[in-house]
Amino acid sequence: MADLSTSFLGIHSPNPFWLASAPPTDKAFNVYRAFEAGWGGAVWKTLGEDPPPVNACSRYSVHRDIQGKVLGINNIELITDRPLAVNLEEIRQTKKDWPDRALLVSLMVPCEESSWKSILTQVEDTGCDGVELNFGCPHGMPERGMGAAVGQVPDYIEMVTGWCKQHTHVPVIVKLTPNITDILMPAQAAMNAGADAVSLINTLSSISGIDLDTLSPYHAIDGQYTSGGYCGPAVKPIALNMVGQIARNPATATLPISAIGGISDWHDAAEFIALGAGTVQVCTAAMLNGFKIIGDMTDGLSRWMDSKGYRTIDEFRGKAVPKLTDWKYLNLNYKTVAHIDQNTCIHCGRCFAACEDTAHQAVSMTPLPDNLHQTQYTIIDEECVGCNLCQITCPIPDCITMTEIDTGNSAINWTQHPANPFREQ
Amino acid sequence: MSNAPVASNRLTPEQYQQNFADIKPALSHYQAKVEAARCLYCESAPCISACPTEINIPSFISRIATDNIQGAAETILESNILGGSCARVCPTEVLCEQACVRHHSEECKAVAIGSLQRFAIDNSTLHPHPFSREATSGKSVAVVGSGPAGLACAHRLARHGHNVTIIESHSKPGGLNEYGIAAYKLVNDFAQREIDFITEIGGIDWSYETSLGQTVTLDQLRSEFDAVFLGIGLQGHRRLNISGEDSKHIQYAVDEIAHIRQSKQLSELKVGNRIIVIGGGNTAIDIACQMRRLGATDVTIAYRRSTKQMSATPHEQAFARQNGVRILEWSQPVAAEATPEGVCIQFQKTATDEQGGLKATSESFSLKADMVYVAIGQYFLTDCFANSQHPPDTSHGRITVTPDNHTSLPDVWAGGDCVNKGEDLTVHAVQHGKIAAESIHRFLTAPEQNNSQTD
Repeated sequence: MADLSTSFLGIHSPNPFWLASAPPTDKAFNVYRAFEAGWGGAVWKTLGEDPPPVNACSRYSVHRDIQGKVLGINNIELITDRPLAVNLEEIRQTKKDWPDRALLVSLMVPCEESSWKSILTQVEDTGCDGVELNFGCPHGMPERGMGAAVGQVPDYIEMVTGWCKQHTHVPVIVKLTPNITDILMPAQAAMNAGADAVSLINTLSSISGIDLDTLSPYHAIDGQYTSGGYCGPAVKPIALNMVGQIARNPATATLPISAIGGISDWHDAAEFIALGAGTVQVCTAAMLNGFKIIGDMTDGLSRWMDSKGYRTIDEFRGKAVPKLTDWKYLNLNYKTVAHIDQNTCIHCGRCFAACEDTAHQAVSMTPLPDNLHQTQYTIIDEECVGCNLCQITCPIPDCITMTEIDTGNSAINWTQHPANPFREQ
Repeated sequence: MSNAPVASNRLTPEQYQQNFADIKPALSHYQAKVEAARCLYCESAPCISACPTEINIPSFISRIATDNIQGAAETILESNILGGSCARVCPTEVLCEQACVRHHSEECKAVAIGSLQRFAIDNSTLHPHPFSREATSGKSVAVVGSGPAGLACAHRLARHGHNVTIIESHSKPGGLNEYGIAAYKLVNDFAQREIDFITEIGGIDWSYETSLGQTVTLDQLRSEFDAVFLGIGLQGHRRLNISGEDSKHIQYAVDEIAHIRQSKQLSELKVGNRIIVIGGGNTAIDIACQMRRLGATDVTIAYRRSTKQMSATPHEQAFARQNGVRILEWSQPVAAEATPEGVCIQFQKTATDEQGGLKATSESFSLKADMVYVAIGQYFLTDCFANSQHPPDTSHGRITVTPDNHTSLPDVWAGGDCVNKGEDLTVHAVQHGKIAAESIHRFLTAPEQNNSQTD
């Protein structure tokens, strides 16, 4: 079996699956249950200065698809609402009882060096493996000048990270907010200040929906609501992109990444690792299914690694990064066309509707001679631009395939293309 | 349970209630949403063309999926005003659900279109009536028969602003929906409630206990009304033509089905213990299953060909077997003899000959029964036109109609079982009535029609 053990910033864990700093890691009770279930590590829910904040009652709301599956969750929970001393004592005991697991602590205090110095000293004393600076929380805490209020200003990131590197000996991970325009700027700021790693993404600012009976959002708080943070399967593509951009950018390429964002099963984890992540952090999937899913995640990941011949996580980490490029470097002579397998086609015509109404009129529709009610759909090769939309709309796996066509033309990208007036000569 | 040959009160009150409850329970809101989400919203959806009334099925299902139940119901009713009863009685497994692409996908499970249709109708608000009448045309139409064809025709005509008088021979409306459907398929008086809904549009009058050919003639109707629609069904019962057939222990299945439907107290019905049903259609299935559910212990359907050739669908046949009904193939009755308790039917085993026709074999057997129900079909009786000077053409056995359900007479249309379209389902009858109403409307509003009125 493949070896899932991970060493990230010198922090060892039996597998790359950490629980993200979030409600599941608020207390020793939960973290013990997670470690018993097999989680490789946990980032303790964000600690702040005493007195702890007070949380609102109705704090999660959901975004579902039409079949009722959860696409994402919106939350407005603040950092831990338990006294600092209680958390510190539990962290100390947890690390003592679970020495083989990674145990990190998320932190958020006001932007004053003395505040950071004070909490870092206390946290380091628990024996934890590292700290994660919460510069990402988009709800509540930014109103108090913390969380995303720091993460959205690269200069503040650099300043606070610098203080932390100065006042602690344990590894410092900077947790980034996706509520910015270019993820490279905060990543670069963290790197400039000597951050050992970044973790991303924190939640996206969101409103999960409006109840059309009350014209308030779902789970309003006494008739009112506020923006929350969105997480879960729907944010995964956004997280993948941000992780990938940091991993492929030459200036930040060496910055270790702990990936977060909609990781729901071993496929997701493998994808983030292939894009360069050293560990993956999970929250929503555990909140929706319980800690037991870790067994399925590690089993699936190690069997996939076996099937591909990867003995360790490092053997496939980052393998997808070199293939990520700018649009201008894509081969414009690469050509695929769709093909509909008539043996598996169920004649729903979804490909026709999509192509005819919204794309390139490359699907033909002809009545089937031997069946009154069915229609045959075929691709008009000359019209097909290979956009994949028909394949996306098809409900039958592998019914529509995109076949590569040899055009006989050599590869050419936009920088070389005759249609580009600014092409490189 | 009594083993007496013919007896009432064979079951406990609870058993009667259970056996004649809705056979296909309604979907809950949650079940409907889950099922609706399975619809692929096909382009050129095969279910639509497989529905004789061309209901826009993907559209109504999409409305269910998005909590627009009222919109779903009105989408259904726009195409089929009897969408509620069709949802319950249609053999969807050979219509829309047969065509459903999900039926042909690997999961091989069609979207439950019939159940979703019922959900939409049952969970919408149909009062006040969702359709309104156009301005009154001043034209009047006689609709003879208030079965599905007549009701669909009457409603569509009323929408177009015409005044409709429904001529009904019974004292109660509904036709086959009221008298010809197994009791557990249309529970809680659904047929009558549906008629109340349909007539709520206004402009529809009733003339009960008025029988074409007896109380009123077609000639009279044609002179009194601007147009006539005939939805008069089939009144003739096919006979076995065997000796001893006139025994009181041998009856027509359709009469007994009507009797059961109209029964106020099922326990009072006198039911045989050993039953033979002769025939291979859905009527045979309906009477056989109802007899089992009324407490008969031994029910046999005897059919002269194989089950593959039965007009009852495989689904209906399976339902019969689930009800403990035995199906005998290749068995043709040749004689009936009276016994002290009932009747003994002599059967000859049959086979197909080289040309695919039916031939008798030398093998024979006999079965005793307390009651025998004959369900070998009905035919059109021309008696209703006997006293008319100008009857419509019936030279092909039923009333000859064009694709528009127009008869050979310029002002007479017909639909449902009485026409020669080779379509015998409730949903076909609804479509006939709808097509005819549109044709009648065009006729009544055509300029030449108005000219002839002023001459």
